[in-house]
Amino acid sequence: MSISVPSIIRPRAAAKGVRAGSKVEQAGRFRAVVAWAIGLVFFFPVLYLVITAFKTEAAAVVLPPSILPFGDGLPLSFTPTTENFGAVFDRGFAPFFLHSLVAVGISSVLIVVLAVPCAYSLVWRRGKRSYDILFFFLSTKFLPAVGVIIPIFVIARDLKLIDNLLALVVMYTAMNLPIAIWLLRSFFDEIPADVMQAARVDGANLRQELQEIAIPMIMPGLIATVFICLIFAWNEFFLAVNLMATRGATVPMFMISFVTSEGLFWAKLAAAGTMAMLPVVVLGWLAQKQLVRGLSLGAVK
Amino acid sequence: MTQAQAVLPAVRASAQDGVLGWVRRNGLVAPALIYAIVVTQAPFLLTIWFSLQKWNLLRPENSRFNGIGNYIDLFTTGDFIPALFNTVLLTTGAVVVALLLGLLLADLVNQRFRGRDIVRTLLITPFLVMPVVGALGWKTTMLNPVFGVVDWLLTSVGLPRVDWFATVPLVGVTSIVIWRWAPFMMLILLAGMQALSDEVREASKVDGASAWQEFRFIVLPHLKSYMQLGVLLGTIYILSEFDTIAMTTQGGPGTATTNLPWLIYQKIFYGYDVGHAAAMGVIVVAVTYLFAVNFIRLLGQLMRGNQ
Repeated sequence: MSISVPSIIRPRAAAKGVRAGSKVEQAGRFRAVVAWAIGLVFFFPVLYLVITAFKTEAAAVVLPPSILPFGDGLPLSFTPTTENFGAVFDRGFAPFFLHSLVAVGISSVLIVVLAVPCAYSLVWRRGKRSYDILFFFLSTKFLPAVGVIIPIFVIARDLKLIDNLLALVVMYTAMNLPIAIWLLRSFFDEIPADVMQAARVDGANLRQELQEIAIPMIMPGLIATVFICLIFAWNEFFLAVNLMATRGATVPMFMISFVTSEGLFWAKLAAAGTMAMLPVVVLGWLAQKQLVRGLSLGAVK
Repeated sequence: MTQAQAVLPAVRASAQDGVLGWVRRNGLVAPALIYAIVVTQAPFLLTIWFSLQKWNLLRPENSRFNGIGNYIDLFTTGDFIPALFNTVLLTTGAVVVALLLGLLLADLVNQRFRGRDIVRTLLITPFLVMPVVGALGWKTTMLNPVFGVVDWLLTSVGLPRVDWFATVPLVGVTSIVIWRWAPFMMLILLAGMQALSDEVREASKVDGASAWQEFRFIVLPHLKSYMQLGVLLGTIYILSEFDTIAMTTQGGPGTATTNLPWLIYQKIFYGYDVGHAAAMGVIVVAVTYLFAVNFIRLLGQLMRGNQ
């Protein structure tokens, strides 16, 4: 740090000395208002999509935009309806949802099975090459999908795996494996060394070490890791559109085809979009404390 | 890295050698390692091999080894150069603006105020929304020239309507990408700001530094490595942007928003041209790798710094 703090000056006391209504407090209030305003602007496209999902098609294109689902006749209000959601189901939303659920769910289970022992071993049973292996996993994360999609497509075609969800399970597992390993590594690394040593002194074998001590201690981290894998796989579109057609088509593919067929019906599109995004938006809100760690592969906490 | 390395000795090869010993030492790492090699590295090597072939799936009988012919084709004919140009524009524009916005957002959310957690939750939501759905919302309810909220706002203050995806399509696409990635930058930078102790910031206030001086001379230098982290990760991901284009412009009008991933998709799915698509894939990987190497180096530094 370039600034040394003179020990006589107590910063806390200085901060407490700020009186109500002073310039500093006004500035703080102004910044709070700005923060709220920008937050609402960023959120508005999402919120408005959800609101539009409850409108009739006629109301969906009325300007100025109506945003209040109550108060008949008041300015900016509309009468809500749930008929759009029914219409989306009538157009066969359910199978797409199921396909996504299967691909994303199975790949997440596979990731846990592969990543937990691997990350544990790279932290607590370190070998000479552990560091290299860790960075090898990281480098696989930075291989863009366009760099592997052509052989994957050709191989899947030869193996008759095009439009088979197995192909997506395999790819989603590979896609999220490095994130999971790096995240779990950063969680395992936070276990106090005394705890692990005590376990070993007590003669715990590897399975006990992992199952009875290490995994329970990182449980919140493990859950956050799974959430982050679920979010990325659920939202994934490029691999899905390249490898699936109809029998394995996922939710993002439903969205694209729905736009082609119902492009003019905004309320129905909004209803489909709301159902498509909602599951992982909620997961992301729940995991937001760990999100930055996941996004930076454990580099930033 | 910290705790484990200090206290526990590395697991070494011992008497239990042979296959069983190898399994015992590597059994936990090997499955994930082999999986990653088989599913990512092997296909990439095949991509390189394919990129040296003249190979169209519709006319497999004409296939032959073509050396670097495909690469020469890319740089001398057709749609590769414009797509490369669009990729660079989209990525640079989105990363720079998202970083600056992210910096502003992080600074705003870094201080205590009523509802801060709610505002932070609102701000990260664009990053969580399924990209094709986010793009759909923008394309229809926000940026439609007749019924969109943005154009309604523009005309209400006397500005002309803009048909975003017809007249300035790349600006439209880039804006959506920025909306999605600014929250990501905010999260990374916010973590950086929170790693800076309150004491240092408050001491600078006591020393009479203005808010701007404090930001310029204390916060910003401290954030340097976090900004690099955000730029590198943002670049790596936005180079592969595909979803927004698929939902909004499909690469058009003409080829105005065709970036490399979209062009590769078209080459393989509409042209069945494996050779040229693979060559483009190799180029995207090479460019991405330049940024990834720097990211990995930075991460290594940060990890050692934390020790």
